Amino acid sequence: MIMSLFWCACAIISTLSALYHGTSSQMAASLAEGASSGVTITLAIAGPLSLWTGINRLAEKMGLMNCISKLLKKPMTVLFPSSAKDQNLANALSGNFCANLMGIGNAATPMGIQAIKRLKSSKYPTIATNEMCRFVVMNTASVQLIPTTVSALRAAEGCATPFDILPCVWISSLLSLCAGLTAAYIGGKVWKDS
Amino acid sequence: MRLSLRILPSMIILISSISMLRSSGAIEAAKHILDPFLSLLGIPSETILLMLIRPFSGSAALAAGAELIHEYGPDSLIGRTTAVMLGSTETTFYVISVYFGASGIKKTRYAIPAALVGDLAGFLAASWSVRVFM
Repeated sequence: MIMSLFWCACAIISTLSALYHGTSSQMAASLAEGASSGVTITLAIAGPLSLWTGINRLAEKMGLMNCISKLLKKPMTVLFPSSAKDQNLANALSGNFCANLMGIGNAATPMGIQAIKRLKSSKYPTIATNEMCRFVVMNTASVQLIPTTVSALRAAEGCATPFDILPCVWISSLLSLCAGLTAAYIGGKVWKDS
Repeated sequence: MRLSLRILPSMIILISSISMLRSSGAIEAAKHILDPFLSLLGIPSETILLMLIRPFSGSAALAAGAELIHEYGPDSLIGRTTAVMLGSTETTFYVISVYFGASGIKKTRYAIPAALVGDLAGFLAASWSVRVFM
């Protein structure tokens, strides 16, 4: 649905803008050019993307995730006090975070759903608890060790060093996470269960 | 591989629509209006479409980013900023709808504003870190 809205909005805005600026012929030409660009870009990123997804799966199988989970135990209990009593919740939370770190979204989502179901409050089952909000904010902040998709994009455009942005990505991800968690902390104080 | 083939149809239509927007002059116009404000924050105004679409759709954001990197080159300031923005943020509304939908939550309280604050911080941090470290 979002796609259809986006496409309609783009089509309408572009047409109106082209009529205003007199660039109708360029617009029509770029429509066709864009379509073929779509194919070339997708095919170009397919290779590096497959490679990096494979490497991440390998690391997962080698037990890297278990290592990281152990390190996360203490911080997890600070952020999510419920996980101290519920072992399954703790596992789901750290599993979700690790999978996101490794960039395997397909593995992260089921564990995330498990975690959030366990975080539900039995008294108010339809209201998001502070811990649930915190969890969702952590997931939307996207902390990834290796940003595979973006690097594949850069490599496809001929970049010699697609991973040289890694420090910047780490810094931005961490700042985004901190900002989100701070906002969630303030929200928890200000916006009580309604 | 399967993932890449699955996103192919959406990528075709998304990159076409962004191409259309760019060549019709719509993005230039938006740039002129927002430039003074964005440059105060240190954000390259070419990334405005990416920032606006990022919380709503991952594929559209990928297409917008791909188009920007294609247009300005992967090693330019804009190319790098785009890449860092894409790599450090997530599709907010999609994540929220998946997790809150799966758990039957109707009142999301401050989750959405807080997540959007995180996204905004990510965009700002991306612009600054690329300027400072690259």
